[in-house]
Amino acid sequence: MDIAIKDGKIVEKVDEKKAEVVDASGMIVMPGGVDIHCHIAGAEVNSGRLLRPEDHVKDVEVKTALTRSGVGYSIPSTFTTGYRYSRMGYTTVMNPSMPPLEARHTHEELDDTPMVDKATYPLLGDWWFVLEHLRDGLIEECAAHVAWMMTATKGYAIKIVNPGGLESWGFGRNVKSLDDHVPYFNITPREILRGLCKVNKLLNLPHTIHVHTNNLGKPGNYITALETMKCVEDLADGNRPVIHITHCQFCAFKGSDWQTMSSGAEEIAKYVNHHNHVTLDMGQVIFTDTTTMTADGPFQYGLYTLTGNKWVNHDVETETTSGIVPFRYKRKSAVHATQWSIGLELALLIKDPWKIYMTTDHPNGGPFTAYPNIIAWLMSRVARKKTLSKISKRARRKSLLPSIDRELSFYELAIVTRAGQAKALSLTQKGHLGVGADADVAVYNVNPEQVDPSKKYKTVRRAFKRAAYTIKGGEIVAKDGQIVRPIFGKTFWVDVKTSLPTEVNDDLKRKFREYWTVEYENYSIPDRFLHVPAPIPVKAEV
Amino acid sequence: MIILYPRHAFKVPVDAECISPDVFAEKSAKEIATLQIWEGNQKRTLSDLFKIKHETDSPSEEFTIRICGDVSKVRKIGAKMSMGHIIIESDAGMHLGEEMKGGVITVTGNADSWTGSIMKNGTIEIKGNAGDYIGASYRGSTQGMSGGKIVIHGNAGYEVGCFMRKGLIKVYGDVGRFAGIHMRNGTVFIRGNSEGRAGAQMINGKIVVCGYIPSILPTFTIDDVRPKVKVNGEKVEGPFYRFVGDLADGGNGKLFVSKTKNPHLDSYEKYL
Repeated sequence: MDIAIKDGKIVEKVDEKKAEVVDASGMIVMPGGVDIHCHIAGAEVNSGRLLRPEDHVKDVEVKTALTRSGVGYSIPSTFTTGYRYSRMGYTTVMNPSMPPLEARHTHEELDDTPMVDKATYPLLGDWWFVLEHLRDGLIEECAAHVAWMMTATKGYAIKIVNPGGLESWGFGRNVKSLDDHVPYFNITPREILRGLCKVNKLLNLPHTIHVHTNNLGKPGNYITALETMKCVEDLADGNRPVIHITHCQFCAFKGSDWQTMSSGAEEIAKYVNHHNHVTLDMGQVIFTDTTTMTADGPFQYGLYTLTGNKWVNHDVETETTSGIVPFRYKRKSAVHATQWSIGLELALLIKDPWKIYMTTDHPNGGPFTAYPNIIAWLMSRVARKKTLSKISKRARRKSLLPSIDRELSFYELAIVTRAGQAKALSLTQKGHLGVGADADVAVYNVNPEQVDPSKKYKTVRRAFKRAAYTIKGGEIVAKDGQIVRPIFGKTFWVDVKTSLPTEVNDDLKRKFREYWTVEYENYSIPDRFLHVPAPIPVKAEV
Repeated sequence: MIILYPRHAFKVPVDAECISPDVFAEKSAKEIATLQIWEGNQKRTLSDLFKIKHETDSPSEEFTIRICGDVSKVRKIGAKMSMGHIIIESDAGMHLGEEMKGGVITVTGNADSWTGSIMKNGTIEIKGNAGDYIGASYRGSTQGMSGGKIVIHGNAGYEVGCFMRKGLIKVYGDVGRFAGIHMRNGTVFIRGNSEGRAGAQMINGKIVVCGYIPSILPTFTIDDVRPKVKVNGEKVEGPFYRFVGDLADGGNGKLFVSKTKNPHLDSYEKYL
């Protein structure tokens, strides 16, 4: 079968005599990879880079005639990030958790991340205006405000991190359940989640709310994760998802403390298998030295007390918090090995691949360059067994993996690595090779008819490490793991059209003057600020 | 034996990771001459910068590299070496013996900062003074020196033995501030004076100061007065105050400070 490409799109057919032909016989052809959640740009990532010179020295990329030099293993520099994604056949990458105040910085870094299309999610779960509107029950006003925020920060989806917890962290506290009160605002995480879920629906945003749950990284938090999913169950209409639980591995811990910590993947998988309003991504852990960074300040503080490692913790004015702690996942640590197991259990126990996507929550679970390893684990029992034999005994005894026979096929793999993610993001031109789709294609040098991924997982892993061809917008950008044509990617953002033009009232301007270090006039990012802006018009119901 | 003579005085830093017995061994004279070396941002060969002379060794002798002439701008000499002997008959540049795994480096002049950083084994002996961060970790890392021995006959700079995990550093002269900072284990022995703040954030290990120290960090507590202390099997006569810390990090490191040279510390004795 031939795939015809013209003007950056996939078309019915082209004139074969004039066209450049890429011979992909005996290889796998997939749409370009889509990553729904990876921290690649922004103030937080950059602070991480500053914090870790020792991470850079061990991984240096030399300048070539076409590419720039760069450093970094777990937090590569911007250009290197783009090149490495492209080498693996990825063409679209989503940067979650952007503090709105740092939007300008984030977009500057995203502009410097070549080879991939990208977008970023502003953090709105602990944004003062959202909290105030939701406390007063003003959903439509809140929606209008979020619409303005999307345009002002050039965002793509509503990111919620530890709803309520970040604002409490400003008071040195945290929320422990969905019904705890946030100090001063007198609102609960449940109200924030439901409110923003309703706002998301009113605005018809392409993605669902993107949620990092409360109590992340604490034993017993699978109950919180389940409650988070349940709390918006009634807001679902039809089979359309309304909530995305991100890096679900980190919120699927059972047990009462670290000694008794075990996997809650079974319970979460059971719930997700019976409900269609939720999608997940894995947040798989890789045994390596990495850097954790989230907007979840209290969680990162906990991680610091656990490891005693160097750390960064920051309160982003009225918006959010953030924290960074370098972390090493060890095979012989029962907790780390259980985490490794949970990620894979989730991916394998959830029957529908359209509901769970492959991520490492780069760089929290491990760098994205480890995706081929996860592919091997997902596609081969032998690969899982081999790693299982090397991990902590206690974790191995508790792990559900030996009892799971499922091995993903190449079709399922294409769903968890691109099609599913593109669908969850409503990127209708990505994640498939139908006529009209963007000509983002990845060709991997492995023959699915001859290679059994279950046994030859090493061949598969090698193939996915270096795509034979990466085609982006109709052009060959990488070949055999080498960048052959550096390009700029687009930056998607949601241009929400509300029925009334979004009105910025004096109250907002006054608050900017009183509470922010940045004036209202300098806060919005103009369209021309982006290298290649790609606004997605959306008609809202308000 | 291979003898290197610098052809000219170096103005910019030279990155010479290739000057190491491991690299030179089993290479022909021609191959050694064409080894790549960086002078500033320019790629050069070893013979561009050094006159190379080969002398036949007596079979019992170790593989030896002798450097005659000023190499104070030449960095990373003996990096990652695992055997043999390097003799530098003048001053040496930064990162001398970085990540070395064995063998001996002798410097007759002074050495610069980061000497023996991340070293795992082997011996470095410096007849003159040394710079800062002797036996330290790479910037940002917590993996310092994890074995081997560094002997400095002159003075050393700041943060001697930063993040040290194992091994011995002996300084016969004085040291700057923060000797043994972040120490995890191992021994730092200082014959001369310390500028103070010794052992900040140390978790374990032993620091011995035989000279004057202006003050002890408030996060150290006095534990005992010892008549002598053992350093690498040798007994050093005291008496010494023994402090334990750094308590701010829950540490159990031992800081020995000469009693006779530090009469101003006698106020600690009432807590014994």
